[in-house]
Amino acid sequence: MKLMYDFFTGQLGLDATGANISVASVMAVIMFTVMALCAIVLTWMERKVAGFMQSRYGPMYTGRFHGWAQAVADMLKILGKEDIIPAESDKGLFKFAPILVLLGSLLAWAAIPWAPDFVAADFDLGLFYIFAVSSLVVIGILMAGWASNNKWALYGAARGAAQMISYEIPLALAAVPVVMRAGSLNPSDIVIAQQGGIWHWNINPITNPFLFIAFFMYFIASIAETNRGPFDMPETESELVAGYHTEYTGMRFAFFFLAEYANLFLVSMIAAMVFLGGWWAPIPVLDRFIPPALSFIIKGMLLVFLNMWVRWTLPRVRVDQLMHLCWKVMIPVSLLCVVGAGVWMMALGQLK
Amino acid sequence: MNLPHFLGVVSGVQDHFATALIFVLVGFVFAGIALGVAKLLRPSNPSAAKMTTYECGEVARGSSWIRFNVRFYLVALFFIVFDVEMIFLLPWAVVFRQLMPVPGLGAIVFWDMVIFLAILAVGLAYVWAKGDLDWVKKLAERSGPVATGVTEEEEVPAP
Repeated sequence: MKLMYDFFTGQLGLDATGANISVASVMAVIMFTVMALCAIVLTWMERKVAGFMQSRYGPMYTGRFHGWAQAVADMLKILGKEDIIPAESDKGLFKFAPILVLLGSLLAWAAIPWAPDFVAADFDLGLFYIFAVSSLVVIGILMAGWASNNKWALYGAARGAAQMISYEIPLALAAVPVVMRAGSLNPSDIVIAQQGGIWHWNINPITNPFLFIAFFMYFIASIAETNRGPFDMPETESELVAGYHTEYTGMRFAFFFLAEYANLFLVSMIAAMVFLGGWWAPIPVLDRFIPPALSFIIKGMLLVFLNMWVRWTLPRVRVDQLMHLCWKVMIPVSLLCVVGAGVWMMALGQLK
Repeated sequence: MNLPHFLGVVSGVQDHFATALIFVLVGFVFAGIALGVAKLLRPSNPSAAKMTTYECGEVARGSSWIRFNVRFYLVALFFIVFDVEMIFLLPWAVVFRQLMPVPGLGAIVFWDMVIFLAILAVGLAYVWAKGDLDWVKKLAERSGPVATGVTEEEEVPAP
């Protein structure tokens, strides 16, 4: 960031404001590109993972090698699809909803620290900001479902909103013990506090077992938050057709699709950043050889794989089981984690 | 954190909420480009049948802008309570490590939050005991009268 800033001030002779705006714009373009790329890679990965879990191959033909170009071909096909807007729908909201969902994920990407000094917006309130802007997705989904004027879409949206707002609570509560330990909401500070190999990562159950529990709370809540199986109630194909995006076609559908995979990657990156030491390699020596962003992305990808594994292994839960799990199990356990982590830190003198 | 710095008036390399605004703008631009390119490439021949609401091949009956189950509003209400709790909990978590070792202050910091969480836990326990966290409770209660043939007022089925 400093390098980029110096380039804009030094080479191009911009003043501070202009340079800041330029740096932010460049970062936004980079983030958007990475987001689109990651949606393409993850779609392919999901199909291959699903294939191998079910003893089949998944895509094999497009692009010769293991169908690597399948997702690219899909994107090109989607570009040529007609944009159908139902006559009965609320047209303004219908058109705006996919963009809002996309913005919700893109905004949260702004605060992800990819490497030391490579973060678009190094907020002191970073983690809080991420949780806040990802809530925009809920509004987008509810908007899409309501504006479609379709019963399936409405049911999907209502379920989706109920599920996502419920699971947002254990998701954020699970991060509180980490904030207590790091003493900061700034994502970069949280990562820096975990320097020194796998032993110092927040997930280490010996340093603080409550953080270890919190990681699993976070992971389960993040699956529900991204509307993926076994918690894919908002888009259950077998009962609701496709849920809130039933009426969407072409590029507008692609936005929902993009946002889903961007969110999947986002929650995995947050888990890697908050619990798994962010950009630090497991052994301190490796930090010299592996670029920080690479070890960060590898951790994120492993969590994405875990997420897919869960999706293709477990059957879907019912709505009442979903709500039961959230309100009667995860929220009490997460609250106990917060208190427990505090008591543990006091008892072992892990305070400053 | 002073206010001008917070709003990004003081120019630094980072620390800008203005960055978020630029992300919003870039998001809109990219979405516009994607939709624009798609508009150039895709066919567009709308017909009355194509524009109808999809209902598994049947002709859609009535609007979908109906009243839906009140449970969703209940969930939203619980969520508001806990979300506000989150807003109070996160700043406390930030200063926890700094303030705990301070003599005389540590106990206040700790017990403050324990009491706050306890009050919320009582709220959760109350909602739990009232059965408002049970998704299917109302239907189970209704199965009695329905079985004996007594009809109740029309209710929108639970999604």
